[in-house]
Amino acid sequence: MSPVGAHSTTSSSDAGAEHGPIVEVESLCVRFPVKGGFGRTKKWVHALDDVNLFVGRGETLGLVGESGSGKTTLGRAVLRRAPITSGSVHFDGQDITHLGGEQLRQLRRRMQLVFQDPYASLNPRMTILELVAEPLVVHGMVRKAEEARADVYDLLDRCGLPGDAIDRYPHAFSGGQRQRIGIARALAMRPSLIVADEPVSALDVSVRAQVVNLLQDVQSEFGLSYLFIAHDLSVVRHISQRIAIMYAGRIAEIAPSNEVYERPRHPYTKALLSAVPIPDPVVQRERRREVLIGEIPNPIDPPPGCRFQTRCPMATDLCRTENPVLEQKSPGHWAACHYSDQLV
Amino acid sequence: MSATEPVDELSATQFEEHKALEAEEAIQGRPFELSAVRGGLLGKFANDKLAFVAIGWLVMIVFVAIFASWIAPYGQSQGTLGDADKSPVWNGGSWDHIFGTTPQGYDILSRLIHGARTSLVIGIAVVLAAGLFGVVIGLISGYKGGRTDRLLMGWVDVQVSFPGLLMALLLLMVLRGSVQTVILVLAINGWMVYARMTRGVVLSMKERPFVEAAEIIGARPRRVIMTHVLPNLVSPLATLATLEFARIVLAEAALSFLGLGIQFPQTSWGTDAAQGGQFINRNPWPAIYPGLALTITVLAVNIVAAWLRVAFDPQEREKRHAATVIAGAKQL
Repeated sequence: MSPVGAHSTTSSSDAGAEHGPIVEVESLCVRFPVKGGFGRTKKWVHALDDVNLFVGRGETLGLVGESGSGKTTLGRAVLRRAPITSGSVHFDGQDITHLGGEQLRQLRRRMQLVFQDPYASLNPRMTILELVAEPLVVHGMVRKAEEARADVYDLLDRCGLPGDAIDRYPHAFSGGQRQRIGIARALAMRPSLIVADEPVSALDVSVRAQVVNLLQDVQSEFGLSYLFIAHDLSVVRHISQRIAIMYAGRIAEIAPSNEVYERPRHPYTKALLSAVPIPDPVVQRERRREVLIGEIPNPIDPPPGCRFQTRCPMATDLCRTENPVLEQKSPGHWAACHYSDQLV
Repeated sequence: MSATEPVDELSATQFEEHKALEAEEAIQGRPFELSAVRGGLLGKFANDKLAFVAIGWLVMIVFVAIFASWIAPYGQSQGTLGDADKSPVWNGGSWDHIFGTTPQGYDILSRLIHGARTSLVIGIAVVLAAGLFGVVIGLISGYKGGRTDRLLMGWVDVQVSFPGLLMALLLLMVLRGSVQTVILVLAINGWMVYARMTRGVVLSMKERPFVEAAEIIGARPRRVIMTHVLPNLVSPLATLATLEFARIVLAEAALSFLGLGIQFPQTSWGTDAAQGGQFINRNPWPAIYPGLALTITVLAVNIVAAWLRVAFDPQEREKRHAATVIAGAKQL
């Protein structure tokens, strides 16, 4: 049975209403200054522009977008690793937008990141024991990594790694195994939120499903919430209860997974969906691929109106002047398109 | 995709098989490297004959330098003009003065032995002082960035562009040449290279995901620097420090040669080479021996530096690990 079906009815729209969401992002803007050549004029990269979303407790929110859409920046902003220009981030009911110093450091216990590149994110000079126990050492739970040996052994076991891995160095492991080590490390502090930044896109296709399965297994075991970042829709389908689609620093659409797949309300989502292959040759052959032409707009100088207008097959004059707001089109289904009704 | 059957969960035996397979690939694929790594770090070292000889020489020099007063047959400036210009023992000289004597009648071997102490003390002290200061400046500059970085690197640039020899000459004209002043002068001239290299490594380390990974788990800057940045500095620093050591020994020799460093009849290899050079037509030996000692020591240090770089490299360590795995597999 698909895990999507198991959870979507309970946590799609009202998980947040019951206990309050674990993460709440409101009108978040992130801008990076860029030097304007010889002139004095400072330009800004609009990495995130008025982003609103939440992640419910125990929920997996898939965050999908192409390179430059701001999905990684959003993940980093939630973890307070990106400079927030305006707006707010709430974690577990607490406003963390302006936390700093020791408070921010303590917050790191409760939110963790799983990296995209399992080769570069593990220090090659540390043993697996030292790597997985590092969060415990950093937060003073143990004085030395050695004291956490039993705990680390247990974590490695849960993440499907052999016991003798504990004293070896990252070089000795394959990509999939290293990502398991990364997951074990993220779990060491028993966090409530894990931001998974394209955790499988650097892996061989053959081990992707295994790592996604592992993430699902530990989710129920540890009561985790995920912000699962991916650049295509095929990966997030299996793990997410809801999916948010980002385009050029804005949210294009947020909806329960099955809604996104069955009733997309944004032309960009439709285009993304047409890129997901269907495992049925007859249907696949009959399908019309919607191939987008052009590139994502330059975030230094975004066009007025809808940011998707330059590539949208449905764009009109309205789209070129007026920015569509993210509106609830049906319960739990939000989209930012003037013509979303025509898509259904 | 089935959520209930994780396929790649390797059982312990599967993992062993996998390792044995890996080991076999390593044997077939890289026989030469393998022979070099067999037997761990010391074994690797024993296999590298050149490095072995080099470190043997250095150990001897250090030993001689430490116990100079006991080993040397004479004091550094002991002798009379009656013993002047004796030839070495294989050139018609006597066993009383194995390497012969200087035009002042001092025993060359004894001066070499005492000179080793001076040269080593200066070399090590300068490397430590300059290295420590340079690394600290480089760490601050690289990790803090921004205005701090610009300020510190500006300082480095200014000092680098000022001729080191001129600065040394100015300082040594004011201060009298002695071991301490030579150390001070050379350290003032030598720290910038450490600062620049450290900053460069820190800047590239800061972009590495594992450093961000440490920051994200809540590690304090101090820990990030000490645990994640510094260990990656060990290998380039060890190489740089050994090379700098060789350079410092030569720089001390140059200063002494110019008459600004260690003053005759005190001894260092550079001082003796310079002093011997004045009478080279009459008796070349007082210049040849300290020159040879300098050359061989600097060469040995360079060889050891190259070896150190390899020994500290994590990938090389993995090769050694593979070798021990193979050794274990063969016993089965």
